Amino acid sequence: MATRPGARGGNSRFAQFKLVLLGESAVGKSSIVLRFVKDQFDSYRESTIGAAFLTQTISLDDNTTVKFEIWDTAGQERYKSLAPMYYRNANCAVVVYDITQASSLDKAKQWVKELQRQANENIIIALAGNKLDLVGEHPDKRAIQTADAEAYAKEAGLLFFETSAKTAENVRELFTSIAKKLPLDQAGPRNPRSGGRGGVELRPSEAPGTQGPGCAC
Amino acid sequence: MGDPLDGCNPPSDAHVLASNSQAQYSPEETAKHGEETMTPDGENDPTTTSKDKKLNGSNITITTETPEGKQAQVQENENDNEAENENQPGEGQTVVEEEEGKEEEERPPLPPRPPRTSGESSLTPFSPSSRPALQSRPTTAVASVEVHTRSFSDGLRGFFSIPGYRAISESLSITGLSTGQSTPAVRKASISESLIDDTSSLLSHAPHSNMDGDLAGLLADGMNAKSPAWKLLSTQAESGNPFEGIDDDDTSLANFEHEFDEIDAVDSKGENEEQLLVQFKAKFKHYMILSSAGKPIYSRHGDQNLINGYIGVIQTIISFYEEENDHLLGFVAGGTRFAIKIDGPLYFVAISKLGESDSQLRAQLDALYKQILSTLTLPTLTQLFSNRPNTDLRRPLDGTETLLSSLADTFTKGSPSALLSALECLKVRKSHRYIINNTLLKTRTKSLLYGLIVAGGRLVSVVRPKRHSLHPSDLQLIFNMLFEAEGIKAGGGENWIPICLPAFNNKGYLYMYVSFIDANHDDETSDKQSTTTNDDDDRDDEIAVILISTNKESFFELKDMRDDLVKQLRKNGSMEIIKTAVSQGRPSTTDIVPGTPLKHFLYKSRANVQFTMPSFSPNFTSTIKRRRLMSLYHELHASTHVKYSPVKVLHNVSRDSSALAWITADFEFYCVAGPKASRAALTEGADKVIKWMKREEERVFIIGGAVF
Repeated sequence: MATRPGARGGNSRFAQFKLVLLGESAVGKSSIVLRFVKDQFDSYRESTIGAAFLTQTISLDDNTTVKFEIWDTAGQERYKSLAPMYYRNANCAVVVYDITQASSLDKAKQWVKELQRQANENIIIALAGNKLDLVGEHPDKRAIQTADAEAYAKEAGLLFFETSAKTAENVRELFTSIAKKLPLDQAGPRNPRSGGRGGVELRPSEAPGTQGPGCAC
Repeated sequence: MGDPLDGCNPPSDAHVLASNSQAQYSPEETAKHGEETMTPDGENDPTTTSKDKKLNGSNITITTETPEGKQAQVQENENDNEAENENQPGEGQTVVEEEEGKEEEERPPLPPRPPRTSGESSLTPFSPSSRPALQSRPTTAVASVEVHTRSFSDGLRGFFSIPGYRAISESLSITGLSTGQSTPAVRKASISESLIDDTSSLLSHAPHSNMDGDLAGLLADGMNAKSPAWKLLSTQAESGNPFEGIDDDDTSLANFEHEFDEIDAVDSKGENEEQLLVQFKAKFKHYMILSSAGKPIYSRHGDQNLINGYIGVIQTIISFYEEENDHLLGFVAGGTRFAIKIDGPLYFVAISKLGESDSQLRAQLDALYKQILSTLTLPTLTQLFSNRPNTDLRRPLDGTETLLSSLADTFTKGSPSALLSALECLKVRKSHRYIINNTLLKTRTKSLLYGLIVAGGRLVSVVRPKRHSLHPSDLQLIFNMLFEAEGIKAGGGENWIPICLPAFNNKGYLYMYVSFIDANHDDETSDKQSTTTNDDDDRDDEIAVILISTNKESFFELKDMRDDLVKQLRKNGSMEIIKTAVSQGRPSTTDIVPGTPLKHFLYKSRANVQFTMPSFSPNFTSTIKRRRLMSLYHELHASTHVKYSPVKVLHNVSRDSSALAWITADFEFYCVAGPKASRAALTEGADKVIKWMKREEERVFIIGGAVF
């Protein structure tokens, strides 16, 4: 659907996918993206407001390039009603939890459920347990055992990684393995300007709060 | 005037302006003045008609505070049109005269007014009323209301609301009103003048008729009162800097550099509580927000355990008055002022040792309220509390504390923009701005409501629909989110933010596309992702494109517009122009007027709701010096914005600075110089700056803007 692989001369392949990050606030979604896109880390990240849109291109092998269009969403409850806008046409999703916060996995499970029910039926979902660096120094900080999360991921049919945006551990691997699972061969030619860039669909749905009367201009 | 867009502005703007203008013009006159404004650098005809002159009937009070605390006053109570507009207390004024009144009796009589000579007319370059065409002209892009700056909803209370040491400036307006009591002659004169004023243009022949437009003439009497020796002495010292050499013995702002340090959390056993309380009480400024049920929502300083007790006390005090249906607005304890604002289920409290007036503090609290509305919208807020009066609002507001804190810190540091409720624009040539405006118009897509280009925190251009203007308070929220809080810039992507702009519509969300353009990245293509520089150092150089829509699904449409816009701006050279303008920064006062004793000034164009100022460097770069400067501006602003009969011209001399405020129908001007600067030098500097402003007006301000 939003996949736009196409010939780029020779036998190299180029594909573009929409990816959405979901999860409770303060689990490290933005940090994972910042690590992936700019290879940076900032310990005092402030909350994301609304959503941020970033892109990153990776090479799977010598002639396969995958470009991710990433929606990094805010985790706060008040933005929840906007989430469908971001995952509606997504090819893949990363659902993030914090391995030191037990409740964040419950929230992640809710997101997985919602995605499986509402999103694109072929969506590829990865579960990421972030803040692995914290348990490296203090193993007692861990609130969610790897095995438990892994078992859940397997049962729900998700990719699974424990990551650290701070040390970069498993971040690139996470995105690479998603790219490998995406259907590189089945989509039509790339045409970025048609159909709203294959992006969000222009159909109304309820806004957070009351949608204003808008502007009649 | 050559701008074809000028004619497109909504009539509502003109209406608001008209309500504030103090004189009506016949079409003929307006046409004439329209011509005058076409040559902004032309010298004004000093023989402008008296009708113009009467525009700014003024109530002039000049106070000189000598180090001994004595005051010499020169007062002139002219036909006061302003006071007429503002429910001036009747003839039988019984306003109390304070100490100044007594001293007034002792002071020597004023020297006779010098006749107006031709030489003096060279000092009368600027008559603001000579370009009233601005008032009948559509307003700027930016706002349709609040030309009059502040509404004093608290009425009389605001009148008495200035803290102790400011009582001087406050009482000025009182004595100004009551001049007639102590000097009956003057009163008689002013009555007869106002009669003349009503009937004919004879006023212009009176020797002091040019007061309104001529600052130098206004203050000439005071100058002449000084002996030549005194003048000689003061001219030698005029170049001194304000706030110098007082840091040692003035402890009022000691520890201000620690104002923004975070207070640690109370540890589990509460052992550090005492020490934290010391830090807490040392803060100059506190902002607290709580619900009417007494739940804490926000506090700038201190964690919940530390502030809970205070929240309880505050809630009790406010509720006590609420039950009596007698809303508590504020109180003073020692040098600390408490201002309270109640909005629906929310109580806002500002506690300040920095000397702002009640209404200034309340305006700051209003900005915090608007920030909350901008996150939640009014219906959501109302609904949350009508469903559960006990709601803990911290959860719905989760993640926006940083926005509240950065707003609070902006106020604590002192923000000219917040004080004047006006915007600052990037200075570019009129023709360049015209190209940028047109590029915005050309690349506009159908979902766009507002489009802004902002560079270095200053507005470069704005595109907006004909019938909607942008309100400064809404822009303040946007600028705060993008340039003061770190969250968005640090993300390094493009952002899509649901935001409620309360002055535009407090019931619904708009959707804001934000992209920071990497200024050093010229060959950026639309396919490459736009990035922002991450270093704090060059935050002032950042150029941001802000596109606002009512359609939450229009992200990609606006993203395409942004790509197109940036491409066009690069192609027609505008990007380079913006970058150059930003990197040059603000000029210093001596760049504007070589050799002037003025060290800093604020100039607000009331019609455009925009202001400009010179750079803070070299004199006000430190946090403390800057705060002193801003406190002085707050003081001048408070004196010139009291509800009843505000002072129009104020000369304020203190131990460490001298300052001048001048308010007309067109502009507000505040300037600061060293303590020894003579009044003559100040007025001369002010006249020159205002002349410069008039010449540069179309570069410094966005007039008209791009309207569709």
